[in-house]
Amino acid sequence: MALWIVLGVIAVLTIWIIATYNRLIGLRNQTANAWRQIDVQLKRRHDLIPNLVNTVRGAMEFERDTLTQVMEARARAVAASGPADASRREGELTQALGRLFAVAENYPTLRSNENVKLLQEELTSTENKVGFARQFYNDITTKYNISQQTFPANLMASSFGFSPAELFELQSEAERQVPTVNLSMRK
Amino acid sequence: MNLLEQQASNRRRTWLVMAAFVVFLGALGYGFDRFYLGLRGVSFPIGSLAALGLGSVSAAAGYYGGDRAVLLSSHAVPLETSLATALSDGQRFRLNQLDNVIEEMAIAAGLPKPKVYVVPDPDPNAFATGRGPQHASVAVTSGLLDLLSREQLQGVVAHELSHIRNLDVRLLTVIAALVGAVALLSDWTLRGMRYGPFRGGRSRDRGKRSGGGAIALILFALWLLAAILAPMVGQILALAVSRRREYLADASGAELTRNPAALADALDRIDGGVEPTRAIKRGSAHLCIADPLGRRVGIREGFWPDLLATHPPMHNRIAALRQMAFQQ
Repeated sequence: MALWIVLGVIAVLTIWIIATYNRLIGLRNQTANAWRQIDVQLKRRHDLIPNLVNTVRGAMEFERDTLTQVMEARARAVAASGPADASRREGELTQALGRLFAVAENYPTLRSNENVKLLQEELTSTENKVGFARQFYNDITTKYNISQQTFPANLMASSFGFSPAELFELQSEAERQVPTVNLSMRK
Repeated sequence: MNLLEQQASNRRRTWLVMAAFVVFLGALGYGFDRFYLGLRGVSFPIGSLAALGLGSVSAAAGYYGGDRAVLLSSHAVPLETSLATALSDGQRFRLNQLDNVIEEMAIAAGLPKPKVYVVPDPDPNAFATGRGPQHASVAVTSGLLDLLSREQLQGVVAHELSHIRNLDVRLLTVIAALVGAVALLSDWTLRGMRYGPFRGGRSRDRGKRSGGGAIALILFALWLLAAILAPMVGQILALAVSRRREYLADASGAELTRNPAALADALDRIDGGVEPTRAIKRGSAHLCIADPLGRRVGIREGFWPDLLATHPPMHNRIAALRQMAFQQ
């Protein structure tokens, strides 16, 4: 009788360990995948920016500084290494783009140009995608961390090599203060 | 209720609805055998078998092909086609924007991007359909594209994607397909009644029934009632299932965009267009973001509106969203 009870307890424990382990593995992969999704969107943004700058260059001859700043910020962002560095430089790029769009508002020919509008829509969308990819990464990472740290999963999480994943946080002070840059022209 | 519980409950309900549908059809078929063929001395249960077969086939068809049926019946056009036939740059711009917004919200929800359709109808409305996140479609009317700003469109799309993520669309699409099938079958059965037991004249079989005559008569009346009421029951089932879901999809949509005010504004504007959405048929009304029939039963809450309206009162939904926006 006692033997059966012991065997039963062992079976239940084994099933629980397997289920918890598999759940954590699933979440870890989702977290990694969500992180790559951010990269995909950042790459897309880097590819779009030269197009935009070339399209507006003719009309914005007097704003050479703004344009150069955008291109330089882009180059730095492309060359960034590591998540912390990348997120700081991407933040700078976002700000440079924000300035460019703010200045572009003063040029009526740009505002009515279909190509510029389309490009601007693409960039707005890419900005949003980067933002939402980060949001999803943080959501899924929070879930992953919570399931590691809550009882009783915390008893086995670290011994199987699970460690809490880092949340994506805004790095620069300026970006923290201006959480949303409205790039679209419409109100 | 969290997301997982919501998904589990939707999975359960989908199976329940499909099983209930098959059983119900089986009962109709059995009644057909008993009251119609049985009296003529045919002992092979052809009606039961046919109804069970038909029920299973149409349940499966509703599960796998319901989304296509709904899209087809609302004349939805794939985004690529409407991009190719767009008349002006402005239109093309808005269609591109719709595509972008849907991709953005799919990223926010962590779902694969659904297929995008446009319904050529001037009334603002939108719906989602499909049997799961891997096989989902979102359709918006051209009126919605004309009316809403980018942020508002984002709110509406987020609402629809929440329906997809919660697996609401699976349940609602299956119901839409089955309600259609029940209506059709009940129609056929009632037509069949013309040749039923009480029109059969004085056949020799009537004598056999004299023993359990009263009971058989009651059973027959019940069966007839079921056949007549079937479409209505189906409809009410669809309604009861869909109302609470709208609040939930509003809330989780706002959670995706982190911008409940935009969805509230969008609903406000959609509500302004009281015209019925003609392209969307009655059978798929409960899939839409706003009642496409432009009915006014949805203004109040209570027993009867709950029974008759597919959607909760618009001003309650807007108020709930505004409150969320205020708390942010």
